[in-house]
Order: sequence, then C-alpha cells, then structure tokens
Amino acid sequence: MTVTAPPPATAAPERSASRAWRLLRAVPPIWLVLAAVIVLIAWRNPTFVEPAPFLAFLRRCAPLAVLAAGQVFVIIAGEFDLSVGALVTAVVVVAARLSDGDAGNTWWLIPLLLAGGALVGLVNGLVTTRLRVPSFIATLGMLLVLSGAVFLWSGGAPRGSLADNFRQFGRFGVEIPGLGQLPYAVLILVAIGVGLWLLLSHTRFGHQVYAAGGNPRAAGLSGVDVRRVRTAAFVISGLSAVVAGVLLGGFTGVTAEAGVGYEFQAIAAVVLGGAVLGGGRGSVGAALAGALTLQSVFTLLNLLGLAKSLRDAVQGLIIIGAAAYAAHRLRRSG
Amino acid sequence: MTTSTMSPSAPLRLAAPGTGSSSAPVWFVFGGVFAVAWLLVELNGGQFMTVDNLQNMAVRSVALGLVAVGQTIVLIGGSLDLSVAYMVSVTAVSASFVMQGDPDRMALGIAVTLALGVGVGLVNGLVITRLRINAFIATLGTSLVMSGILNALFTNFTGSVPREFQALGYNALGPVPVAVLLLLAVVALAWYTLRRTRFGYHLYAVGGSAEVARLSGVRTDRVVVTAHVLCSLTAVLTGLFLVSRLRSGAPWVGPDGGYDLESIAAAVVGGTALAGGRGTVAGTLAGVLILAVVDQVFNEFEVNAFLKTLIRGVIIVGAVALYALRNRRDEEVF
Repeated sequence: MTVTAPPPATAAPERSASRAWRLLRAVPPIWLVLAAVIVLIAWRNPTFVEPAPFLAFLRRCAPLAVLAAGQVFVIIAGEFDLSVGALVTAVVVVAARLSDGDAGNTWWLIPLLLAGGALVGLVNGLVTTRLRVPSFIATLGMLLVLSGAVFLWSGGAPRGSLADNFRQFGRFGVEIPGLGQLPYAVLILVAIGVGLWLLLSHTRFGHQVYAAGGNPRAAGLSGVDVRRVRTAAFVISGLSAVVAGVLLGGFTGVTAEAGVGYEFQAIAAVVLGGAVLGGGRGSVGAALAGALTLQSVFTLLNLLGLAKSLRDAVQGLIIIGAAAYAAHRLRRSG
Repeated sequence: MTTSTMSPSAPLRLAAPGTGSSSAPVWFVFGGVFAVAWLLVELNGGQFMTVDNLQNMAVRSVALGLVAVGQTIVLIGGSLDLSVAYMVSVTAVSASFVMQGDPDRMALGIAVTLALGVGVGLVNGLVITRLRINAFIATLGTSLVMSGILNALFTNFTGSVPREFQALGYNALGPVPVAVLLLLAVVALAWYTLRRTRFGYHLYAVGGSAEVARLSGVRTDRVVVTAHVLCSLTAVLTGLFLVSRLRSGAPWVGPDGGYDLESIAAAVVGGTALAGGRGTVAGTLAGVLILAVVDQVFNEFEVNAFLKTLIRGVIIVGAVALYALRNRRDEEVF
C-alpha cells in the first residue's frame, strides 16, 4: 500500500496530484498535524495568525520547545531524562534567590545556571553509563534530589525575585517596525533550534547519537564511545532545561511549581514528533514541531471552551494516537 | 574488565535458574538497613522495636506494597505502568461515591472498582500490544485520560465509605493489622502465580526476550495484557485500602502519594530489572520495607521533608547502582 504506480495513460492533472501527494508524504506528518491545528485555531479566532498574537503564541511555546529539542538527544541515544521538570523549577527558584532583584547579578547568574545544568546532565550521564543505573531510575533519583535540595536550601518556598534584565528573555523583545515586538524568547528558540538541528543532523557527534541509540553494540564495535555520547546527550538536555527555566521564569515569574509536569510534556512532544522510545529515531525539527503542536492543541481546546481537566484527557488521547501512528509507520517501512 | 567479576557472583545467581535472580541480597540489605535504623534510634534515646512502631511501618508499607507487587509483575514482563497513581485515585473516588456511607452498598462499591481495574488494565495492555506503543507512552496517555475525566467529574472529597469498610484500614487480628494480612496474601498469591503457574513462566520468558518467547509458542500479547490487568487490580487494592483509611476519596490521593514512580522505584530497589525478565515479589516487598524503615527513621529524627526527598533519591539510585555492579557481567559490552 506504499506507493501505487500510476497507470501509464493517466491524465496530466492526476499525475501532478499524485506528485503533490508524494511530496506531502515526504514531510514529517507532525508538521501537517501542526498546520491543521493552526488552521482550526485560525478558523475559530482569525486574529491568531496575525503577527503579534502568533509571536506571543510562539513565546509561550518556547520553554517546552527548547526542552523538547534537548530531550530528543537523550531519547535518540536510547535513554530518558525525567529530571528536566525538577531542573526547570530549580533554575527558577535558585535564580530568584541569587538574583534578588538586582540587575547587576544577571551577568554571572546565567553562566552559573548553565554550568549547574551541565553538571546535572553530567551526573545523570555518568550515573547511567558508568554506574549502569537505568536512566529512568537515575534521572528519577535526580528529580528527587533536585526538588529536595532546592527547597531545603530555599527554606520550603521560593524567596527573592528576578531582576528585570533577567526576566526580559522570557517577557520582552526587540521592536521591529511594522511587525511589532519580536520576543527574545522566539529568537532564542530559533537560535537553539537551528544550533541543535545542525549538531544532530550535520555533525559527526550527531551521527554517533543515532548510532548509540539505534544499536549500541554495533556503534561500540565501530569505534563510537557510546558512554561518552550518551553522557553528552544528557548534558545537552540539562543545558536546554536551564534555558527553558530562564525563559519560563521570565514569562510566568517565580513559583515553586514552575517546572511541574514538564518532563512528561517534553517526552510527549518528542514522541509526537515521531521519535521512538528506545532510541535511534527522531529529529530536532520534528521534536520542535511536536512541542508546538502540543501547545497549539492546548490553545485550540481552550478556544473551544474545554475545562483544564478535559484538556489533560485529550492530551492523553493525542499522545497515544501519535505513538500508535509512529509505530504503524515504523512497521510498514520495516 | 567484565570477566573478572564473573566467578564470585556466579553461585548466587544460580539460586533460581530460569526465573530470574533470588531476592536474598535484597533481604540482606533490608536486614542491614533495619539494624542500622534500630541502632540509630536507640542511640538517640528512642525506642525502635515497639509494637506501635512496627505496626506503623507495616501499615505504611501496605499502600505502596500492594501496587508495587503489581508493578513488579508488569516490569518482569518487560512493560511498565505509569497509570497506577490515577488508578488508585479512580478507585478511591468511585468506591466512596458508590458506597455513600451505606454498608449495604459495600459489595457493589468493591465490584465496581474491581471492574474498573480490569477495564483499565485491559486498555493498557491492548494499547501496548495491539497498537505496539511503548508502555511508558501508552500508560502515560491512559493516566492523563483518567486524570482528565476524574478531575472533570470530581473536584473534592466525594461520598464516604461505611464504618464497616474502615475495618480494612484500622482493625487488627491480635497484633497484626488486617491490611498487613491483605498485603501478605497478595504477595503470596503473586509469588505463586509467578513461580508455580504457566503464566508466571511465560511472563519471565516474555520479559527476557519477547521474540524468543513468541517463537517458542508463547502468546506474548496475551501474557502482557494479563500482567497489566493484574497490575491495575493491585492499584485498585491500594485505592480501597487508602479510602478505608481516609473515609472518603479525592482525585489527588493517588498522584499525591506518587504511587507511579514510587512503585517502580520500590520494585527496582527490590532487584527487579527495568528491562524485564528478572525480578521477584519477595524482593519488591523487601524494597518497600527498606523505604518504610528509612521513612520511620526520618520521622524519629524529625528530618526536614525536603531532606527526606533528597536522601530518598540517593538511596534509590544507590541501591540500583549496587545491583548493577553485581550484575555487570550481564550487561552489554561497548
């Protein structure tokens, strides 16, 4: 049922239709789903696709999209990272206490947070690859350690506040004549998306990530240092969680629940993008599309007036449906 | 590097040929933890070996223990169930909603919850086996669906269970609480099922290698579905126990208890392999008791709740790292 060969004497319009169909099938399906959802939203609310509201929508997507772009490295390498939600919360709470509303603290605070995220990723990676603890458990442990440590340190509730020049990344943007405000968050998202896409799809390291997840034994025998590649994937995920935390802190402010549930949403976004848990398949672009789709579905359900709780239920059905479709495609392509 | 650890651990690992490792090392660890806890508390001037204390630890183990037994069954089969937390909530709420404090409706309430458990288990199992979705994503999806429906229908404590039903949570036969007897009965039943029935042997085979099991004539899909039904049923028992303690069910009782990740952690601390094919219910029971003893010591020393979370994370990862070290020779060589 893959591609039915057209009969020899087909009329011209029909042939071009089949070519369009084939072109359409080459596009990862998640982009088509995303387009369909956006069309639906625009039908209910035409202003949505005007520049300003659409950019605001992208800004809202940015934290999850950045998380998904980092998580996809770990998933392709054949592991899980359940610690990202706790890491996002940790970033927000730690930043608020250290920043303490003082703009002078921001320049050293962000590198410090990034270093912390890299360290968390490194520990996740080393515990998984050197101590041979399954990443599910290793990052679950990290989740508990992070959420315990952060609130132990801050005394149970977030204290302090974020300086304005720290919050600007998630809140403000550059004014562009005729277009309105282009949020920094969208610029950061585009930069990170392109950077990670290049890293995964156009570098030696990227190929090694696929190899490490697809068949670790074969990768190891052909000279890939699987443990190092997997550890690097965890570091990338940790760094992306820090960026997501900075954006989210700027956008929503300081709460103790900043990152709750983000680990599952990030994994869901990656799976929506066609990645397969177990490793070897996925891409940064599709993961980003997965995150945008998830967020746009929330927007759509909101527009349709569905309660928050029912949105969860629909999200669950969508995740199952997407995974079922990905599994179906995988089987058909052998 | 890996062959050097081969000979010392070989005799131990032969303890239970064909059906995974023995639970002896976990009980050994439990003995150590128990002794250290006893010593610490006595040195601190407290009393550890009191009937009250032991009862307290035992009852606290029941809620997690019941569902951890079910989680062990699905893990052995190479699957996983993240939906148990909301299964617990669904049970607690529907039991108290159906019973409405009327002793005559007790049987009806129990029947309804058991039917729901079978239904959810069937859905989980069928989604995983028929649609070929990774268990992590499938049960995350069903969990979201359950949470959405439950939160849309109920927002607070709903109905109540009759006083007679609370016997399950509060009565004791001599010094032994009824709930502890229930847990022991479930553990014994699960042990018998895993070690003495055809289903049990098939389950270990499917978890070890689904393809080999299938080629040897095992109906692998049926085994996985059955495992998921059993797992959901243990979550129902946890829900019934909790509602008998609380008198009324609310949608958050399951997720607040963290039964999804905690049950997996307990099983893994008890020596069950996340990859499937290896594990024992006795080991899981020891894992649950280890966590309960540690909790008891924390309470005795009035340890800060956040420090508790942190240490729990370290213990879970540490325990798994220890087993991984022991089983190193089984791991793939990179």
